[in-house]
Amino acid sequence: MAVDEGLKIELGKQGVLVTTIEELYNWGRRSSVWPMQFGLACCAIEMIATTMARYDLARFGAEVFRPSPRQADLMIISGTVTKKMAPQVVRLYNQMAEPRYVIAMGACAISGGPFKQGYNVLKGIDRYIPVDVHIPGCPPRPEALIQAFMLLQKKIDGQHLTGPDRPRFLDAEAQGEFPVPVQGEHDLEPASNPGVWTVPVVIR
Amino acid sequence: MKTVEEIRAAIEAALPGAGVEIVPNPSVSGQHSLRLRPSSAVEVAKFLRDDEELALDFLSNATGVDWPDKEVTEKVKVTRTVRKTVDGVEQTAEEAVEETRKRVEPGCLEAVYHLFSVARGHGPVVIRMKTVNRTDQVELPSLTPIWRSAEFQEREIFDLYGIVFSGHPDLRRLLMWEGFKDHPMRRDYVEPDDFEYEPTAHDDVLKRAVAHQAKQLEAAGTAAGAAGVGAGVAAGREGTGAGA
Repeated sequence: MAVDEGLKIELGKQGVLVTTIEELYNWGRRSSVWPMQFGLACCAIEMIATTMARYDLARFGAEVFRPSPRQADLMIISGTVTKKMAPQVVRLYNQMAEPRYVIAMGACAISGGPFKQGYNVLKGIDRYIPVDVHIPGCPPRPEALIQAFMLLQKKIDGQHLTGPDRPRFLDAEAQGEFPVPVQGEHDLEPASNPGVWTVPVVIR
Repeated sequence: MKTVEEIRAAIEAALPGAGVEIVPNPSVSGQHSLRLRPSSAVEVAKFLRDDEELALDFLSNATGVDWPDKEVTEKVKVTRTVRKTVDGVEQTAEEAVEETRKRVEPGCLEAVYHLFSVARGHGPVVIRMKTVNRTDQVELPSLTPIWRSAEFQEREIFDLYGIVFSGHPDLRRLLMWEGFKDHPMRRDYVEPDDFEYEPTAHDDVLKRAVAHQAKQLEAAGTAAGAAGVGAGVAAGREGTGAGA
């Protein structure tokens, strides 16, 4: 149930705080999104810079990088995902506890980037796991990562606890484990997870 | 530092019959290299490292080269016997005729090493080794026992080019996974057909993306689809033309 904004402000002036469980719950969640300590390539350097004093990701409640997927809420795919690494990335994502989010950082993580036609680079991690925010750039500046982080917070804020559009972790029917691709003779098998990614139609 | 000719002479003096050849580099850099015979390569490498004057104690780089089979077309002058009638009298005469012949030069794989001397402060000396062919006789002696820094680089050459280094302590794939077939840096390597989504395709990638689309539609098995592909190809070409 949404509270009327005008009424809320009016009550606030009288020293009465009105809120909903949903608001309080999402406020708590979005204010302590702990990323996983996990870097893949050069974008990781920018990610590290983002956490340091100059850019200070701690302002957004994300200063604690957890070295274990069990304790992390957010996976920042920071760099090139090679076909050798992709199964491990999916496995780490599977090991994270719900609610969990993914930021695909940089050109490589979202599409393969400059290495797209290489023999060993995955053409975007969104083929295997659901990605919440994509950031372009090569590498994206720390400001871009902070913006992605703020977008993610906005997304968390907008999530409803009930109803058909509730997030995956509140839906008992939803798929929780994502199949780990197998390294085949030439490529990963399958080449993508159809439950997560379908081939977009290209009009040439 | 000694020139390659001098190095070769020094090798021949120390190890007679080593069979070291000079591969000239015609470019401006003039960085000529030495081709070692695989059978004597380890001894020669040991000499290059331990010789007082050369003291090439540091291997900075090892890489591979793929030389595919090459079809050579050349014009050869052949003398032919031709019958001619000159002034009503039949004669046989020798005539020089140019003939074009095609032959296939067999390819090979090559390993190239760049050596420096930290002790003497000189380098690089480039040494090379060639395999017999590209298919079944791809063995070369490993230089890892001589220069330890060759270990990972030889593994990489093995992974990407398929040269088998005998005497290597741990010859496994380095960049690709176990169970991967083929060697991706070879000229004739065919990448998997994963061109299903190419939003900004151009040139070769565009061709392959269109071919992939055609294959998908063919698999769907519709005659209408095949016609659509033809139109798609044409549209794709037009699209690139406009883009350029």
